[in-house]
Formats: sequence, structure tokens, C-alpha cells
Amino acid sequence: MSFLPYALVGWICVVGLYGIVTSKHLIHLGLCLSVTQSSTYVLLLSVGYVEGGGPPIFKGIKLGTTAVDPVVQSLVLTDIVVSVTVVALILALALNVHKETGSADPDEIAELSG
Amino acid sequence: MSRRVRIGIFLAAAASFGALLIWGFIGLTDFGHYKGPYGYVLNRVALPERHMTNVVTSAVFDYRGFDTMGEEFILFASVVGVVLLLRSEGREDDEMEDDTGSDTVRVFGTLMVGGSLLVALWLIAFGFVTPGGGFQGGVALAGGAALLFLAAGYGPFKVLGNETALDPIEGIGAGGYVVVGLAGLVSGAAFLQNVLGPGVPGTLWSGGSAALVNWCAGAEVAAANLILFSQFLEEYLVPLAGKQQS
Amino acid sequence: MIVASLVPLQSAIFAVVALAAPAVALTRDPLRQIVVNGFYGWALVILFSVLQAPDVALSMLVVGGLAYPIVVLIAVARVRAGKPKDEGGE
Repeated sequence: MSFLPYALVGWICVVGLYGIVTSKHLIHLGLCLSVTQSSTYVLLLSVGYVEGGGPPIFKGIKLGTTAVDPVVQSLVLTDIVVSVTVVALILALALNVHKETGSADPDEIAELSG
Repeated sequence: MSRRVRIGIFLAAAASFGALLIWGFIGLTDFGHYKGPYGYVLNRVALPERHMTNVVTSAVFDYRGFDTMGEEFILFASVVGVVLLLRSEGREDDEMEDDTGSDTVRVFGTLMVGGSLLVALWLIAFGFVTPGGGFQGGVALAGGAALLFLAAGYGPFKVLGNETALDPIEGIGAGGYVVVGLAGLVSGAAFLQNVLGPGVPGTLWSGGSAALVNWCAGAEVAAANLILFSQFLEEYLVPLAGKQQS
Repeated sequence: MIVASLVPLQSAIFAVVALAAPAVALTRDPLRQIVVNGFYGWALVILFSVLQAPDVALSMLVVGGLAYPIVVLIAVARVRAGKPKDEGGE
């Protein structure tokens, strides 16, 4: 019943979503989105963990020693680098919104019409 | 709807979402008892078959190279989006002068830029031997160039960060990946198959065409991040120049 | 036992991450939030290293230490520079 890492994943995801819903600034919203994304990284790495295993690098190490799963690590590592550009896109949108309307508050922008 | 109503609805939805997540996670295997055969097979097989000692990088660029191609195009598309949003009419370069005040910062910072660029290139090159690879080294390369801005001001940064040079590099990185894959197709094997031979494990010559793909990915990630930084920096410096002149 | 198969270091790092994540979400001012996000990124790097994933830890290190601060700080500075000066008298 080693449930603690998965409970942590659920906690981080919900906390990030709460930050997004109650956000008063578009830049704050972008960073809370990155927190929610990081919960998926923790989940993937926890799924692939082998007890007593070492990292999956075999330079100078005998082939056959226990190592953790390398496939989930490959998914996570490209994802981390790509998520930065997606957050930068959101920030560029926030900058443009601020230039047009003068405020970076999602609630105020939603009320404008026309 | 008002803010309180929105938060109330969210808390109810989050509770049910959290319950659904917990119910889903109970079905996973226990933490530390990874069951699936794919990871164990790859750990055993990557070194004898492909002669790469870093199994993670071999999974990124060789065994699951097609997924990495998709991720690279996500990167490319979001950088195109940022450039479209932020690039406005041409500004003259001489109106953006941002000097750091102290000479010590300038000298030591510039010296450290060389060291950090070297470390970033090492990270990309030895990606198949020790932890590293195109993605990490690419971001570190862009970070080294941004360090040049912090140490020496906008003028020297423009040497590394002008877009007429970076746009083709990014395109070559993204397109080069596809070209290397097509080279596999042209020589009668599958798309992205290794056609250069596996090489000697534990050295730089290990990986075949996956090593070419590694460099393409590193170039593309570095150029994309540098374009991002320079677009944002232009956004920051123009109002600063306006304030200094007025 | 829930924590039977976790080494003490892993439990400590899981606790630090569990405390840092709501700290990032609940810090409202973006300029302070980027500092807290830097701390959260550091905690994640330690977590990834403890879970035996050095490539992922390297990735998070360069991203959380270089790319996120540059991009967010410039956006914050731009947003603040555009606001009219209405604090501190004029």
C-alpha cells in the first residue's frame, strides 16, 4: 500500500488547478499551469521506479544491474523542455492583452465587450 | 458568474476529480514494483544492440525517435506563435542601449560565458554516453547566450542572438531530423532507421544516425530558446529606451 | 504501512514538494511567485535525482534555472512598465 507518491500527484494537480481558477493575474496563471504539468512528470517517474534500482546508465557498470525504467524518463525529459515554450506563448498572449486593454486581470478582461 | 460561485463550483468539481484520480491510482502497481517488460527489455538490450550506454537518450532518439520528432514540431510551432505575437515593426538597433555599470561584471561574465557554452556543447555531444543529450544541452546553450546579455549588455548579445542567423538554424534543426529519417527510407530501411552503423559503445562514435538526430535536436532547441529570449528582450528594452530618451 | 518501501530521503523530499506546490499557487504577486517557483524547481530536481533519473533532473535544472526566470521576469517587467504611475504620489 505504498500510495503516498500517487497521492502527492493528485495533490499537486488539484493545487495547480485551484491556482488557475482563482488567479488574478495572467502571469500567475501561466506559472500555475506549469505546476499542474509538473504533476504528470512526478506521476510518470513514480510509475517507472524500481526498488533498489540505479539510474539507467551503463557506462562502466555491468550490464544486468537493476535499473529503473528508461522509457518514462524519455517521455518526461522532452516534455519539460517543450513546456517552457508553451508557457512563453501564454506569456506573449498575456503581454498582448495587457497592451490592448491595460490590465492583466482575467476577470476584468472577461467583462469587456465589443 | 461571480467569483465566489466560480470557486464553489470548482471545489465541488475538484473533489470529484480528486476522487476519480485516487480510484484510478489504486489500480496502479505499488510504488517501486514496476511490472511492465518494456523497461527491463530496453535496459538489457540497448547496449548490445545499439552500443549506447545511456539508455534514456537511446530511447529518446533511437527507439522512440518518432515521438521526439513530434515534440520538436510542438516546439517549433509555439516559437512561431510567439514570434507572430511579439514581432512588430522594425526598431533601430542603436536606440536599445542597455549597459551594465560595472567592469568587473562585464569581464568575469564574459569569461564565464565561454565556459558555459563549452559545458553545453559537451552535454549535447556526450548525450549517448553519460546523462545529457540534445534537449538539455540546447537549453543550456541558449542560457549561455542569455548570460552574455546579463554580463555585457544588449550589443554583444545581438552578435549571438540576431534573428537572421537564428531562424535558418532552427529550420535546419527541425528539418534535418526529417531528412535523416528520410535517409533511412531512401537506403531501403525503415524511416529513422540507423544507417550509419552502431559504432563503439562508450565513446563519441556511438549511435550512428541517432547522433546526427541528436545534434539536429540540440541545434533546434538552442535556436528556438534563443529566439524566444531575444523576442522577449526586445519587448523589455524598447520602453526602457523610450524612458531614457524622454 | 504506507511508507514502508520509501527510503527516508524520499519521504523527506516528497514532503518538501507537497509543501512547495501550494506555495507556488498561492503566491499572488508574479515577481514573488517566480522566486518560489525557483525553489519548487530545485525541490523537483532533488526529487528526480532521488528517483534515479539524472537526465530528467538535468532537464529540469536548466529549464527551471534559466528559461523560466528569464521569460517570466521580462514579462513581469513589461507589464509593470506599462502601468501608469499612480503609487507614491506623482
